Amino acid sequence: MSLNLKRILIAKPGLDGHDVGAKVIAMALRDAGAEVIYTGLRKAPEAIARIAVEEDVDAVGLSILSGNHKELAIDTIRCLVELGADDMAVFVGGTIPAQDLFDLKQAGVRDVFTAAMTIDDVVAAIDQAIGAPESGQ
Amino acid sequence: MTDAAATTKPRETASDCERVSTATPSGIEVPEVVTAGMAGGADLEGPGQYPFTRGIFANGYRGRLWTFRQYSGFGSAEETNERYRFLLERGQTGLSVALDLPTQCGYDPDDPMARAEVGKVGVSLSNLAEMEVLFDGIDLGEISTSFTINGTAAIIYAMYLATADKQGVARDKLTGTIQNDILKEYVARGTWIFPVRPSMRLIADSVLYSNDETPRFNPISIAGAHVRDAGVTAAAEIAYTLANGLAYVDELLRRGGDINRFARRLSFFFYVHMDFFEEVCKFRAARRIWAKLLKERYGVTDEKALMFRFGVVCGGSSLTAAQPYNNIVRVGIENMAAVLGGAQSIFTCAYDEAFQIPTEASAEIALRTQQIIAHESGIARTVDPLGGSYYVEWLTDSMEDEIMRIIGEIEDMGGAVRAIEEGRIQQMTAEAACRRKQAQDRGETVVVGVNAFHNPGEDQDFGEVFRLDPALSRTVLEKLEAVKEQRDGKAVAKGLDRLEKAAAKEDENLLPYFVECCHAYATVGEMVATLKGRWGEFEEPIRL
Repeated sequence: MSLNLKRILIAKPGLDGHDVGAKVIAMALRDAGAEVIYTGLRKAPEAIARIAVEEDVDAVGLSILSGNHKELAIDTIRCLVELGADDMAVFVGGTIPAQDLFDLKQAGVRDVFTAAMTIDDVVAAIDQAIGAPESGQ
Repeated sequence: MTDAAATTKPRETASDCERVSTATPSGIEVPEVVTAGMAGGADLEGPGQYPFTRGIFANGYRGRLWTFRQYSGFGSAEETNERYRFLLERGQTGLSVALDLPTQCGYDPDDPMARAEVGKVGVSLSNLAEMEVLFDGIDLGEISTSFTINGTAAIIYAMYLATADKQGVARDKLTGTIQNDILKEYVARGTWIFPVRPSMRLIADSVLYSNDETPRFNPISIAGAHVRDAGVTAAAEIAYTLANGLAYVDELLRRGGDINRFARRLSFFFYVHMDFFEEVCKFRAARRIWAKLLKERYGVTDEKALMFRFGVVCGGSSLTAAQPYNNIVRVGIENMAAVLGGAQSIFTCAYDEAFQIPTEASAEIALRTQQIIAHESGIARTVDPLGGSYYVEWLTDSMEDEIMRIIGEIEDMGGAVRAIEEGRIQQMTAEAACRRKQAQDRGETVVVGVNAFHNPGEDQDFGEVFRLDPALSRTVLEKLEAVKEQRDGKAVAKGLDRLEKAAAKEDENLLPYFVECCHAYATVGEMVATLKGRWGEFEEPIRL
């Protein structure tokens, strides 16, 4: 399949060291044909936004399992806006309770994924979200 | 074996979910029936005899039950202290301390890297004053305490000694464990700080110091649990852990340690997941392999030094956020596997732990599960009740072969330290995680409530949700400010300076310097920053 998504940054914000989900999604996106940049652990939101802009990616995927998803996602989006990347698509994956979905989307998160989803569904959802504005390619 | 396997075919009416898988999760193809001739163990030694397949104690749990050790810690030291007293009153026999990520990674609460994480996944312990509050009213001479701490383990251990000093408890009375297993942090859990080699030094320092100062304390718990939870099989969990164990043995020998002495204090830590017999057999195989490796390769003669002692967690990634009450059943089954596998210490996860910090009610069910198994089920009545079962002995032998094969692979890479520095074990773990997830996605591995027997709309039904006090991080910061104002600044500066100079000397044990810094109320962040200045930080090798 041909992807809308060309380049994506997968990032681990904050101190949470559980990187399995991030790596699994990174490998799946790479196998699907996207260029994937993985930050490694313990990156501050400022650093993630800077890398995203420097690398000129289409999207940023934040993997967060520490319960700090709201603070870290909001901070990252704020930093992206400060760098002029208002339109960068931000996705969040991790242990995210349903009651937080609304707040995350309000804050500008494009979509949220949990371990309950299949890898294929996550890849398709990211790709579809990226392709949505200019569909039909 | 292949004949038997070949005759196993699904009943014609069986849907995918009703078919029983013929291989264990570690990939061992299991015959339909195991008979006397196929099973090893005909001349099996008794329990308490080398190589300890049937257990390290001749009388099993008759002498003493396992330790019921529930993991808890959240928010402030005051709140955690309250939870500890609650659990001790209800019959818990050991404390287990969960620390927040800033403490684990060496950042003080006022560090920008710590923002929003103070007190989130465990208690914040930035200095001795916090630990004094944590154990207020709890006699450290009477209770065994386990700390899940790695990157800053040597510092937290020193802080525990300083707390005991202040309580007036003699160090030789202290019992408990610090995890202190840095190698697996580079692979799975991620709370590394320094590069691999200086980190190995800190581990040797704490083990050697503990052998002399706190002879009843376990200064390291070599853990497979996190790598397992990350996605590797039961066989790989044991193999990676034993390979790390051998790396620590080599480091301690290099530092002049006496193996017959230090090996007595090495302990291990694993997950129990759902494949019942494979879990039981992995422990039987692990005991046998470790004893053989130490005796045959290192010439260990001390009987106790050959004994493989381990604690377990029942739950982890085998628990699901979907239909969370099912987790109570899962933990019960895993708890039984742990007992039949001969664990010394067991922690049972609360059913809601897959998605939140447990509530008092869910934490109580987890503890009650252990009590029901210990006191009602009767499975602890005789030693190794599964010993001699054709299947159990056959599977124990098969697991031993598979574990030794994987240990051989790591040795071919130059041993655990080198394989980790090069990111190779990290890569194998990520690949295993991918395979496990794909198997679940495709329904090859059945997870009830997730990819089978799923009720739409139920998966996010979390019931009662525990919420932390949002003012917590501010309180912790205020307390830290107060400590910094009240402490003797000169003593702190002097302690840190002496620590720095000691770190410059390769063979100097750093523990006395950490204890001195703790007594002066120097913070974890200050000690870590001092050492970072000399050693730098680990740079993660990224291999996908």
